Amino acid sequence: MWRDAFAVAGRDLRIEARSRVAVNQVVPFAFIVLLLFGFALDPDRGILQRVTPGLFWVTVLLSALVVVQRSFAIERSDGGRDALRVGGIDPAGVFLGKGAAILVVLLVLEVALLAAVAVLYGAPLAGWPLLVVSAVVTTVGIVAPGTIYGALASGLRVRETVLPLLFLPVVAPVMIGATRAFEAALEGSTGAGWRWCGLLAVFAASYTALGMLLFEPLLEES
Amino acid sequence: MAVLGRFPALAGVDLDVGAGSTVLLVGPNGAGKSTLLRLCAGLVGLTAGSATVLGHDLRTGRRELRRRVGYLGHANGLYDELTVEENVRFWARIARVPEPAAAADAALERLAVASRLRDLGVGRLSAGQRRRVALAAFVVRRPELWLLDEPHAGLDATARDDLDDLVREATAAGATVLVASHELERATALASRTVRLEGGVVVDVA
Repeated sequence: MWRDAFAVAGRDLRIEARSRVAVNQVVPFAFIVLLLFGFALDPDRGILQRVTPGLFWVTVLLSALVVVQRSFAIERSDGGRDALRVGGIDPAGVFLGKGAAILVVLLVLEVALLAAVAVLYGAPLAGWPLLVVSAVVTTVGIVAPGTIYGALASGLRVRETVLPLLFLPVVAPVMIGATRAFEAALEGSTGAGWRWCGLLAVFAASYTALGMLLFEPLLEES
Repeated sequence: MAVLGRFPALAGVDLDVGAGSTVLLVGPNGAGKSTLLRLCAGLVGLTAGSATVLGHDLRTGRRELRRRVGYLGHANGLYDELTVEENVRFWARIARVPEPAAAADAALERLAVASRLRDLGVGRLSAGQRRRVALAAFVVRRPELWLLDEPHAGLDATARDDLDDLVREATAAGATVLVASHELERATALASRTVRLEGGVVVDVA
């Protein structure tokens, strides 16, 4: 399983590095979303600073949709999905490998977005340990269901529209937890933040386990 | 029986293929040749009847079976952004071939994929060159059962001869080959038996 996961993650990251979809499309998309939030809410930085955690995670979530769609487009091109199935690859390895590659892309994006919210919204970045840990567990909590529903949707003709419908309601609890944890980190009240972080970790672990179990029927049937 | 959508794609196939033989599947479009190959690859499920491929029951042992078969369909299963070498090495790793880099080099050499092409992205190759690379990625997995769906399509004359030689070498080494082809003259020369399918039913075995 781990061997397959490393092979798939390496392949996806190499394809990402060559195609530059994240750099040329996802990062600009995320910046545009942040800017639009800024225009919509008021240039008054007081409001923007207060809502920075929510805007940050909504932006990450919307970007995750693009990254997940892209990740499964790789499998659809030139019969890649059938080739993987015939190759006898461990489905849990495919789940972990694809999830890991998406995770890396999103974590890099989040670093860029943190810098952007500091500059654009004047958000005071503080509470780094909580900020970093909650970012990682939240991203896993987004990536795990994203990979499950990405695989499910990729077999459908209406995949582009159905993925957000399936995925966004499921990650609503992650958005709440991530926003609270980020608020706590930025305000310096880390006690409550770590509790949210714990809940996020449980969600992320549960969906990762679920994905490892479900990916075989998902690859077979969708 | 195998059902695709609402219609049975295969409804009367009773076929016993011995190890080391090459069986040619012929028939008009929609006869069920591709479905039969996909069934043997474990890509399509049985909806009725029973089938055993390499000793694996197609209802219960598809995952184990897939490690032992190779399927080359109409698509190549290659990634445009990866180089020729990276594509073949990836499939060697997935197939758990010992020393995947060396095995990939040997497969590319065997398929006469020019050295100058190996560091190029597959997306920059012609259709015929892509097919050659797909064959290298197929061969590197060392399958015991070769399932080839129109394998000659898109290949030039030299590559077709190379493919035929590969098939002969594989059967001589004990592999079994099922091939669906409209290139009847060439494929018949390879095959020890010809099976004609029509409407999902075997109508003739010669």
